[in-house]
Amino acid sequence: MKLYCLSGHPTLPCNVLKFKSTTIMLDCGLDMTSTLSFLPLPLVQSPRLSNLPGWSLKDGNAFLDKELKECSGHVFVDSVPEFCLPETELIDLSTVDVILISNYHCMMALPYITEHTGFTGTVYATEPTVQIGRLLMEELVNFIERVPKAQSASLWKNKDVQRLLPAPLKDAVEVSTWRRCYTMQEVNSALSKIQLVGYSQKIELFGAVQVTPLSSGYALGSSNWIIQSHYEKVSYVSGSSLLTTHPQPSRHCHEMLSNPEPGESQEKPRDESQPWRNKARHPHRNRGQKQTDPRSKGPAGTSHMTYQLTELFQTHERSLNEPMDQASLKNSDVLILTGLTQIPTANPDGMVGEFCSNLALTVRNGGNVLVPCYPSGVIYDLLECLYQYIDSAGLSSVPFYFISPVANSSLEFSQIFAEWLCHNKQSKVYLPEPPFPHAELIQTNKLKHYPSIHGDFSNDFRQPCVVFTGHPSLRFGDVVHFMELWGKSSLNTVIFTEPDFSYLEALAPYQPLAMKCIYCPIDTRLNFIQVSKLLKEVQPLHVVCPEQYTQPPPAQSHRMDLMIDCQPPAMSYRRAEVLALPFKRRYEKIEIMPELADSLVPMEIKPGISLATVSAVLHTKDNKHVLQPPPRPTQPTSGKKRKRVSDDVPDCKVLKPLLSGSIPVEQFVQTLEKHGFNDIKVEDTAKGHIVLLQEAETLIQIEEDSTHIICDNDEMLRVRLRDLVLKFLQKF
Amino acid sequence: MLVVRFLPPSRAPSSTLPQPRAAQERGGTGGGASSAEGTKREPHLAMDRECAQLLPALCTLLADPGQPLVDDTCLEKLLDWFRTVTETEPSLLVLKENPCLTELLLHTLKLQDTSARVLSFSLRLAGIFAAQEDCFQYLQQGQLLLGLFGVAGAQGRPAWTIPGVRSGWVQGMCSLAQHPSALQLLDDCGAVDTIFSLQGDPSLFVASAAGQLLVHVLVLAVQGTAAGQPLDWPPCARRIVSHLENALCSPAAPQVTRALNVLTSLFGRCPGPWAQVLWAQLRAPVARLLEREPVPAAHSLVDLLLGVARSPVFRSSDHALLAQALSQLGPTHAGPLALGILKLHSSPQALRTQALGVLLQPLAYVLKAAVQPPGAPGLLDAVAGSPGVVDALLGSKSSCAGLLCQSLAHLEELQPPAGVAWVGTDLPGAGAPSPSAPAEPTDALTWPQAPLLRAVVTMLRFCNGSAAPASSAGGRLCGTLAGCARVQRAALGFLGALSQGAGPQELVTQVFAILLEYLESPESSPTVLRKTFQSALQWLLHCPDAPSSCALGPQTQLFLTELLPGLRKRLCSPCWEVRDSALEFLTQLTRHWGGQAGFRQALLASEVPELAEQLLQDPESYVRASAVAAVGQLSIRGLHASPEAQQERLPAELLRILSADSEGFPRRAAVRVLTEWLRDGHAGLAEDAERLVARVLGAAGRDLDWEVRAQAVELALVFLAQTLGPPGARRPSAEAAPGPPRPPPGPEALRPLCRAQVFEFVFRALFDCDRPVARKSCDLLLVLGARLGPGSPGEPVGGGPSPASVEAALQGWRAGGQGQPLGALGPEAVVAVLRALDLDGLQATLAESSDHVEKSPQSLLQDMLATGGVLGDNQADCY
Repeated sequence: MKLYCLSGHPTLPCNVLKFKSTTIMLDCGLDMTSTLSFLPLPLVQSPRLSNLPGWSLKDGNAFLDKELKECSGHVFVDSVPEFCLPETELIDLSTVDVILISNYHCMMALPYITEHTGFTGTVYATEPTVQIGRLLMEELVNFIERVPKAQSASLWKNKDVQRLLPAPLKDAVEVSTWRRCYTMQEVNSALSKIQLVGYSQKIELFGAVQVTPLSSGYALGSSNWIIQSHYEKVSYVSGSSLLTTHPQPSRHCHEMLSNPEPGESQEKPRDESQPWRNKARHPHRNRGQKQTDPRSKGPAGTSHMTYQLTELFQTHERSLNEPMDQASLKNSDVLILTGLTQIPTANPDGMVGEFCSNLALTVRNGGNVLVPCYPSGVIYDLLECLYQYIDSAGLSSVPFYFISPVANSSLEFSQIFAEWLCHNKQSKVYLPEPPFPHAELIQTNKLKHYPSIHGDFSNDFRQPCVVFTGHPSLRFGDVVHFMELWGKSSLNTVIFTEPDFSYLEALAPYQPLAMKCIYCPIDTRLNFIQVSKLLKEVQPLHVVCPEQYTQPPPAQSHRMDLMIDCQPPAMSYRRAEVLALPFKRRYEKIEIMPELADSLVPMEIKPGISLATVSAVLHTKDNKHVLQPPPRPTQPTSGKKRKRVSDDVPDCKVLKPLLSGSIPVEQFVQTLEKHGFNDIKVEDTAKGHIVLLQEAETLIQIEEDSTHIICDNDEMLRVRLRDLVLKFLQKF
Repeated sequence: MLVVRFLPPSRAPSSTLPQPRAAQERGGTGGGASSAEGTKREPHLAMDRECAQLLPALCTLLADPGQPLVDDTCLEKLLDWFRTVTETEPSLLVLKENPCLTELLLHTLKLQDTSARVLSFSLRLAGIFAAQEDCFQYLQQGQLLLGLFGVAGAQGRPAWTIPGVRSGWVQGMCSLAQHPSALQLLDDCGAVDTIFSLQGDPSLFVASAAGQLLVHVLVLAVQGTAAGQPLDWPPCARRIVSHLENALCSPAAPQVTRALNVLTSLFGRCPGPWAQVLWAQLRAPVARLLEREPVPAAHSLVDLLLGVARSPVFRSSDHALLAQALSQLGPTHAGPLALGILKLHSSPQALRTQALGVLLQPLAYVLKAAVQPPGAPGLLDAVAGSPGVVDALLGSKSSCAGLLCQSLAHLEELQPPAGVAWVGTDLPGAGAPSPSAPAEPTDALTWPQAPLLRAVVTMLRFCNGSAAPASSAGGRLCGTLAGCARVQRAALGFLGALSQGAGPQELVTQVFAILLEYLESPESSPTVLRKTFQSALQWLLHCPDAPSSCALGPQTQLFLTELLPGLRKRLCSPCWEVRDSALEFLTQLTRHWGGQAGFRQALLASEVPELAEQLLQDPESYVRASAVAAVGQLSIRGLHASPEAQQERLPAELLRILSADSEGFPRRAAVRVLTEWLRDGHAGLAEDAERLVARVLGAAGRDLDWEVRAQAVELALVFLAQTLGPPGARRPSAEAAPGPPRPPPGPEALRPLCRAQVFEFVFRALFDCDRPVARKSCDLLLVLGARLGPGSPGEPVGGGPSPASVEAALQGWRAGGQGQPLGALGPEAVVAVLRALDLDGLQATLAESSDHVEKSPQSLLQDMLATGGVLGDNQADCY
């Protein structure tokens, strides 16, 4: 079993698993951090960007000044942004049988794989994953295609030239493989190869293995995968979340989650220092009906994500999806673990609080708030939080704008995937009530959405306001315009909530910037404490993970808690590495045809264990092995018909019966004596006994698995002795 | 606080008060408002005629197994009453006058199928009466006690399996074991063996009571005998002591625990000489417990050692035992022992040093984990962490948090008050160092303020992930502590306590820095944040660079300025607890430094006052309440963004909250703030205080929340004091001020109060169904009455209403009527009502607890009889 690691990005994985006779690609994430090396694509002509000086080498050589521009000490490629693809040379991608997608963020490289590598297989994903993935791709293509750029820089990619460039361009990896964005046509073609699956649906691959998606609790339709044969099980965990705001844990999950850290959960009621508090304070209240829901407990023991988180996220009904299915991951031989939280030290609850507070402060002071975001995912959470918060913060009159080519579809899609939502939200559909409150925000005109800043938006635009728009890299999309527009005023604030890009690098081409920047990355994927609990519960034999997870983050090298700690230590992989998984196939399952099974006569040799001999023909087809009854021995024909090759069946001789049991030496000796052997001597050997018949000069050597009768040319004696031995053994 | 409900309106105080049934039967007066009745009505607990008449019926009821049983509470009350009776009257007399009691006991003795409850009751009753020796003898004449308590008595009944019966036996035994004659009974009925076995009773109550009984019996046995050698123990005591000795040597931990618990109680009660003998005899087995691995019953052992150390039997040679315990016990048990030793003030320096070391060890370990050697001088530089401590700290998150929180709590208890030398040999009562202990430097036990500060700051840094560990063990500690809110809260609490002592400037800077980090961090949970606010406030109050408590030094000024942006952000938090804590903090800050120029400037520039005012509209009622308090405080200090508009708007806003807010908390806060404003002469109220008071009282009078009404009476009192000028005497009982008596103000002085409609509110509040409101109102009227001077009741006031109409008005108010039976209350009417009221009597009535009527023994007996259907004819079935 081998694992080919095509991506080095821990949350945008792309691995190929060779297991039995199948080749399975696990996710195909697209690393977009490469776009940070490029200049932003302004939607409206930006004099500032177009007047940036070209970059020249130290010796004054300016041959790159058309390709590279300098901004506040940083150098950017002035070209259409390009993306870093998964490795395409490590393994022949045309041999990939299937691609399993775990969530919509992990499928963005799909068109590159399916359209340009000779791939002929099938892609499996859940319906929300495909639909929202399509939206993300559509938005990406739209953002890039609507700002055509004549120039395409390539000189700087030359290895000799790249060496001379300043960091971080100098250190960019695999620049020669960076590719421009795919087209909508490629997207459609790639998506047409996807086959939709539902949670727990079992999909047979060539009879060899079975793959099953499980709910991973992270995003709408997100899944982990189980790949199993009859005797081996590989679990692929990618982008999972245990936030118990997903209020429908299976009983099993609930058990795992509901043991809070001693002392952590029982908050003493706050002291009643103020006289009007003579009566007991409310306990932590969950607004709405949720307080009676016993499932609304905090994720246990994770002090990073304790009850506060539950409080907040419950408040805002953060629970989008079905909860993570952990029980099905048990008894894995190998567990491939990717897509953990990118911000292990930030508790999503604290970040949401920070987001709301800063948003309110900015708007109150007359400033605007810009939230660079993807068109799906965290934005639903934020809108939901704000839905609760805006009234209490006196922000009801402040308009919220959501600008994305796919804004409308995204908001509508989220409302129709009822069966993929948590129980709470599912039930709303039957009320009937939209599961997400953004519908109400839209109805009351508090939230407005537009495909782009052009058109209606410019008529409705009112400040101060809050704008949600993409792309979080700040390199393309409508966000570029707002950065240019609002960047000069310190009243405005940009709040980063997506954890995928370093906010400092994202802001680099906009420097100098007067606007306030707040970094509140919200990443609800598993943190290390949760992983360690998960591993304890699931107990896989081996864990495989990206190398980043086997050491503390570079910026916090002392935080030994921010790494995977398991026994045996996790095997790590890096980009372009091939791992031989330490795990051997030992058994195959073979079916026995009913008529053959009928003919068997098992014999009980020990209580509970029966044996039977089988004579059969082993048929193997489509990775399925079947024992069929042997053909009847053909009567020897007298004719001269030539035997046909296909009739050449194995020679089925009548076999000697098999023997089982052991020979009790004392009783054997007694038996011998009864039969007239008198001068018997027994010697103990390392392996058994030797019974010596001195007169007959005969040895009977009794060992655990064999008995030898050694006598010189006295066949009669040997047969007599043999029969005596056989009396003690069972035959079948 | 419990809301003590007074009587419901239908049973309002004074004349409408229904009398206890017994009193009515006695022909007690129907009430009237006469004051003298107030004291007479106090239920007396003696055995009076009425009770004596009721007792036989009750005894019959109890003795009859066919009767429905009264509940346990009644039986308990009955026993309490008998206990009181035997304390005030000779038991024998009571018993002789009420033969039904003896009959009940005899009956219980005879009848085998007495119910468990009655059996238990009888045992305890017998014990109560047999406590007096003559009565004991009287009961013993018929071997009654032996029959009840002996093997053939309760112990032989099937009901013995019920814990209540065993408990009754133990309690009865405990009551009667008061005199030497009882010892004989104990012996006769084999009580000591029974007690030994009951010590291991499955019911914890019985087991614990048996332990106490054992102590009691031992003390009784040695009483009056001269202490001598161990062999001289009186026989009963000898058995008990040898039982304890055996138990201490037992391999079973529960037995050891029981023995230790008994010993702990004993050393508090046993007469001195015998205690000495006992300790001399049992010291060795106790010491041997410390040699076992693990030490059994460590918790009880610590209790015993501390109990002994506090008692006179303790000798200086025992210090070695304490030292041994400190080193042998695990960190969780050594901690409480160390705390106890340090609180003793009489232990030698070496032991105290060792004890302090135990408490400091976990902190020293934390400090060491973060500091590369050689670092700044830490705690316990010489001591390596004991393996137990290290195991607990690195073992698991819960053990680590538990140990650290325990150490912090212990140290916080020892934290010396500011300016007081902590510990040292010069303290009075300090014992001489034990001869075996090496001489310690004199400063060995100075409070390690600076290293403690450093350790707590380090701990907080570990918790927020900003401390860099210096070793791999430190790395593990870092992982364990990261984000641990429990440790954060404990450390912040201790940090606040440490503010009372000074620290080096550089450390104070670090303290402010970490507090700011916590205030700023989005990771701080609401409870941690609240602790941070409290700690910050304490450091601000005690900051060494502050020239005085109300002025700010440069460092605190800087800190205050830096924390305001954080506070501003917290006021916008989506989490209501955070907004609430932030507002409370703001209120405190303003209270202390509102007059300080630097703070005022920073605050006004920070947008915080505006935010606080916006929170008056918060959806969460607690936050609104805190916002009311904060805005009230800001307003008193003149700290609002646009002072002109605020002066008019705020009172109106508070009135709106008072009359319209759906929750009680903001309304209470509003009245409170308005009271404070009135008292402190807030500019916004100066102009038209009368009208405002009228509106507040009007709104509060209709409020359903009694605390709002009570607070409103307070406001009325402030207004009254301001209107009538400084009082000569606030309470009628208070001594008059020296000097010529001030002439009482005439009724005309009441005019402003009448205009503000104070009396409409106060008279009605006098009959409020919630007693605290009525009491406050009564106090107010007493103050007023005292100011107005004496006037004879019933004397008509010129121009006032007729006595009949006053009486009618009072009736109306008592009934909770909302109308104005006397029309607009003018000064004359007020005086007339005041004179018609018996305020002193009313005050006495209101001072009584709300259950005083039901407390009388007659009432209890009647209730019990009624349950049994003896009194009434309500034997009809209940179907």
